[in-house]
Amino acid sequence: MPEAPTIDTGNTAWLLVSSAIVLLMTPGLALFYGGLNRAKGVLNMIMMSFSAIGLVSILWLFYGFSAAFGEDQGGVIGDLGQYLGTKTFMAETDLWGETGVPLYVFMAFQMMFAVITVALISGAISDRAKFSGWLLFVVGWASLVYFPVAHWVWGGGFIGANLGALDFAGGTAVHINAGAAALALVLVLGRRLGWPRETMKPHNVPMVALGAGLLWFGWFGFNAGSELTADLTTGLAFVNTQVATAAAVLGWLLVEKARDGRPTLVGASSGAIAGLVAITPACAFVTPWAAVLLGLVAGAVCALAVGLKYRLGYDDSLDVVGVHFVGGWIGCLWIGLFGTSSVSSLVSNEGLFYGGGVTQLGVQAVSGLIVTGYSFVVAFVLAFVIQKTIGFRVSEQAEVEGIDIAEHAESGYDLSPAAGSAGGGAFAAAGLTGGRPAGQTGAPGAEQVAAGWPAGGRHGHPDSAGGEGADATGQRRW
Amino acid sequence: MKLVTAVIKPYQLDAVKEALHALGVAGLTVSEVQGYGRQKGHTEVYRGAEYTVEFLPKIRVEVLTDELDVNKVVDAIVAAARTGKIGDGKVWVTGIEDVVRVRTGERGLDAL
Repeated sequence: MPEAPTIDTGNTAWLLVSSAIVLLMTPGLALFYGGLNRAKGVLNMIMMSFSAIGLVSILWLFYGFSAAFGEDQGGVIGDLGQYLGTKTFMAETDLWGETGVPLYVFMAFQMMFAVITVALISGAISDRAKFSGWLLFVVGWASLVYFPVAHWVWGGGFIGANLGALDFAGGTAVHINAGAAALALVLVLGRRLGWPRETMKPHNVPMVALGAGLLWFGWFGFNAGSELTADLTTGLAFVNTQVATAAAVLGWLLVEKARDGRPTLVGASSGAIAGLVAITPACAFVTPWAAVLLGLVAGAVCALAVGLKYRLGYDDSLDVVGVHFVGGWIGCLWIGLFGTSSVSSLVSNEGLFYGGGVTQLGVQAVSGLIVTGYSFVVAFVLAFVIQKTIGFRVSEQAEVEGIDIAEHAESGYDLSPAAGSAGGGAFAAAGLTGGRPAGQTGAPGAEQVAAGWPAGGRHGHPDSAGGEGADATGQRRW
Repeated sequence: MKLVTAVIKPYQLDAVKEALHALGVAGLTVSEVQGYGRQKGHTEVYRGAEYTVEFLPKIRVEVLTDELDVNKVVDAIVAAARTGKIGDGKVWVTGIEDVVRVRTGERGLDAL
């Protein structure tokens, strides 16, 4: 009789650390996207990532994890009731497979993947998507696309188990998947006003680099964590992640130098992301020198691919298609070219350049095509339905004036002293609005004076904090 | 009395301020402005997409001065602001009818 599995504390510790730093990737992505965006939409851009953390984490607990990693039901979906969020898994035997990792730790690790995959899509539709439409899309796409596709690829479904496609950390399930959905959303929502006549330049390049740096850091958890244990493969995935990304930075910069004359920081940051994306599926299946080659190709090809939107006329605002879709495809196919059983026992067909012919390359291509088609179609239908029901696009006026104010009633930056102090924000926060209805926007300073604010009252007048002259609700009685 | 207005490159402001201080100029007003002259802005490239920035950031320096000192003030600004490269800016002089010091109510030269 085999021994019952026990908790492996080393593996568990590594996967907990990985889970935490994979979560950090999503705020990192928010900064990366936020900096690439125009200033008037920076908060909405960041909000789309943070809201994905909020929504997808809860969906994942309740049924997402079951759908993706529950017992396989016909190759299509996991057993929805197996890990239902109302159950508790605290028995000594509640471990994930042979890894010796508690079920909750594996669930948390995969939760972070679901979160960032959804957040990735948002970069395509900056400055023009209703926040309510986005939230509805997140619920729909995560439930109908991400959870099943994760099952197909990793959870015992037909792409991984039957077709034999390899995707170590998410080239197909994450990047091709999100990239195809992004393209569908762009086609339904349409272009930003003024695009491409106005090139919408990034408003904060240091923020772009900061976000890219956080993504790079977290990506070690994403890729090396995907081994689930701490072993030789973990080390290979870690090294490949670093060298492929480094090479991709160089690849992107070389294209920029040749094409535009100067290397840029936005280019270096974008190259890093392209490299990280491309090495993701292949990081445990190729040798480090093949990872360097992969990075160089991904950096250069993605640098060229981001220009496609101008030729083809689709406004993928922050190049989700050019970086994630194209980069994901490069990595997916790379396994068919350079995958070798000398580094991984999971590689059953050698890559083309290791004498294995085109078998694995074909399998990889088919897996990418299936996910591309499914994600694109479902995302398109979802977006179309949202557009026709609650509406998916903000009004023209809101778009021109800025989606941050229109959708969230806040702005990213308040640098002008003339605009800064006139809002009476502290009074509104304290409920001292002089009787104005809550939520009214505008410049209340003048109204407050007209309503009889005593001189100096805005700067700590003795009775301005609810003493004499204030009723029980803190509102002034004038 | 004269008003000397100079539109200069932002990075030359410290040099101009020092030069005016050395002349004994008591005060000046500085504002951030945007504009272009013959160079017509510049081009930036983000992910291969060209972005033409027409209005470049400049600094406008305004100095009120006595008519006798106006040439010294102009010369000092021009010498300090010049880099020799395109986009160094412009300096112009306009006449002023009267000046009032707000605190004391002094007028004319006394208010400078």
